[in-house]
Amino acid sequence: MSLFSKFIAKVRGTNDFSAADWHELEEELLLSDLGPTLTKTVLEQARKIKSENANEALSHILTSTLSSKDRSMLLGETTTVIMVVGVNGTGKTTSVAKLAANIKKSGKSVVMAAGDTFRAAAVEQLQTWGSQIGVEVVAGKTNGDPASVAFDATKRAKELNSDFLIIDTAGRLHNKNDLMAELEKVKRVVEKVFPINETLLVIDATTGQNGLQQAKIFTEAVQTTGIILTKLDGSARGGVALAIENEVDIPIKWIGTGESVNDFAPFEPTNYIQGLLS
Amino acid sequence: MFESLSSRFTSAFSSLRSRGKLSNADIENTCAEIRQALLESDVALSVVENFVAQIREQSLAVLPTLQSGSNQGQAIFNIVNAALIEILGGSARRIRFAKNPPTVIMLAGLQGAGKTTLAGKLAKFYADQGNTPLLVASDLQRPNAVTQLQIVGESIGVPVFAPEPGNGVGDPVKVAKSGIDFAKSKLYNMVIVDTAGRLGIDDDLMKQAISIRDAVNPDEILFVVDAMIGQDAVRTSQAFLDGVGFDGVVLTKLDGDARGGAALSIASITKRPIMFASTGEKIGDFDIFYPDRMASRILGMGDVATLAEQAKKAFDGESSAKLEAKFASGEDFTLEDFLEQLQAMSKMGSMSKILGMLPGAGAMKKQIENFDESEIVRTKAIVQSMTPTERRDPKVLNGSRRARIALGSGRKVSDVNNLVDRFSAAQKMMKQVRNGAMPAGMGAMGLPTMPKGPAKAVVHKKKSKSGNPAKRAIEDGQ
Repeated sequence: MSLFSKFIAKVRGTNDFSAADWHELEEELLLSDLGPTLTKTVLEQARKIKSENANEALSHILTSTLSSKDRSMLLGETTTVIMVVGVNGTGKTTSVAKLAANIKKSGKSVVMAAGDTFRAAAVEQLQTWGSQIGVEVVAGKTNGDPASVAFDATKRAKELNSDFLIIDTAGRLHNKNDLMAELEKVKRVVEKVFPINETLLVIDATTGQNGLQQAKIFTEAVQTTGIILTKLDGSARGGVALAIENEVDIPIKWIGTGESVNDFAPFEPTNYIQGLLS
Repeated sequence: MFESLSSRFTSAFSSLRSRGKLSNADIENTCAEIRQALLESDVALSVVENFVAQIREQSLAVLPTLQSGSNQGQAIFNIVNAALIEILGGSARRIRFAKNPPTVIMLAGLQGAGKTTLAGKLAKFYADQGNTPLLVASDLQRPNAVTQLQIVGESIGVPVFAPEPGNGVGDPVKVAKSGIDFAKSKLYNMVIVDTAGRLGIDDDLMKQAISIRDAVNPDEILFVVDAMIGQDAVRTSQAFLDGVGFDGVVLTKLDGDARGGAALSIASITKRPIMFASTGEKIGDFDIFYPDRMASRILGMGDVATLAEQAKKAFDGESSAKLEAKFASGEDFTLEDFLEQLQAMSKMGSMSKILGMLPGAGAMKKQIENFDESEIVRTKAIVQSMTPTERRDPKVLNGSRRARIALGSGRKVSDVNNLVDRFSAAQKMMKQVRNGAMPAGMGAMGLPTMPKGPAKAVVHKKKSKSGNPAKRAIEDGQ
């Protein structure tokens, strides 16, 4: 009998849920990267379950820790501007391309800004994606000012009357104050033309409790409005995103599940919770 | 890095040390605290449980043998320290060079761990030691990974073997194989093979990594892993170990505020040593990983060894020798010397990075984070706005000179006054040192080649002066 059906049987009073089983449940939740604090909360609530339908009750507990904010894309009046931020190596550039392809498929026009002027070949990486999916990329010089690239792209999007503009940014560790200030500058400069409607933080599903810190600090600096949870195709379950939703109240909006451009989908709370429990 | 873990450990042990005699319950409490601290730091659950069980067992075994009156808390602390060093892999290990060059190093890891950047750093590290590395671009998967490696190679002056354009085109196994042949024919003594990032559970890509391994027969396979990884560290590192296998681990992004649980998990589970740590975006932000230093940093004992090494690098021999000679001959330490020291300090990196390596840094985490780095720049500006005469002899600084300096440096006259006052205090202190009276707390710094006075003078400066005359007298008297 699997752990969860055992748990459910216990709630129905047909089976004992021993101390060892509780320990095992705690272990499962910890292994999903929920973190010790959220795990404790969930366990405390689980102990109180008396409902007939225990399966529903347990997923209800987990679902209730999710953010109640709207998960649909925030749209602008003319051009919707989306800025994609995150620490190094989470998959920002790939996510930008996937998001652009997704938008293009829905029949809207989109421009991408190659704002990662720091990492070697990041601009070329986005350009390669751009030609693959048929989306225009505005790029500047490597090691140039990312704010100026973003500004040029904003002007270009306005010129083309494009429905969407997606701005890629260089990866930065959240504890580097100067780099966070650079990001704030990009935002300021773009907002001279259009308001930024969405600031999406890319979180790698393999990240542990450090993800919480990332979410807090990026939100403080550039008002994150949503999360893209990447690399969910691996063995990690991305439980830290639940901890982020619970503590920082930022909704997950998209998930990345592979290397191909189509491995990208809107976030489905039910599937995600089931994945955590699997 | 590791601050949070170390501040948790520090608080756990300070409560333990404050007790005279320890009971079994004290040990249990400490173990519970350690468990929570490790879990919050993303140490893998199984590792946490084993570690805590080991600490509990050893502590309970040693407790009855401890004499009352001896520092029992310290004894427990020593057990934890030894256990940490053991997990982290004992002493540091270096790359094993092949008897017949080239030495082949293959990199493997998840996507986004930082393999390509690391390949460049590793090449630079060994090129600086007189080796002739060749980078081989076998990541033909990620768009423009090949271009990235070429740019990195060009910036560090290391050749890159990249016959295939990548972006899904070309056979990575063939590239790796011909890369080795190329290195042999051109007499490179080291080959670093960059490979595509892959998921631990992706069989096809793991098979490809194995084919590359079998084709190039590497002397070292390094598993590159992001320090921010969570509980998945267990599954991923096990999958790589069972798949392609590896001889050593490289931790990347250690300059973030990741609590370093991954280091403990991976070292403990795979029994492979962590060999290198990458600590920044610049190509030189890379060093050998020292388990004992890391353990002492986790436990809040600071990392004085690294600090001393960095100081040695930053303070060039000539100027410190000059200063030492000056110091010994009884000449006054001047603002000119002070400026030189400030410049050397900024070469060592940010003040918060330096302070973070000092013992007890965990407890003053907040202060370190809030440290205003531009304070040094401002101080420098004030000194730089002085004439050489003024720098040598601050006594000539009258009101109008001070007003001019304030104008020149863009600071207030009171800032200039403050600096001059504190400098005079430091100068006085230096004289005391020379006369044999060591001011309290300075002997403990013990940094080689760094004259003790100036370092203290800089730290001293950070304090604001108290408005209360009595308090100020105490401060000045320090």
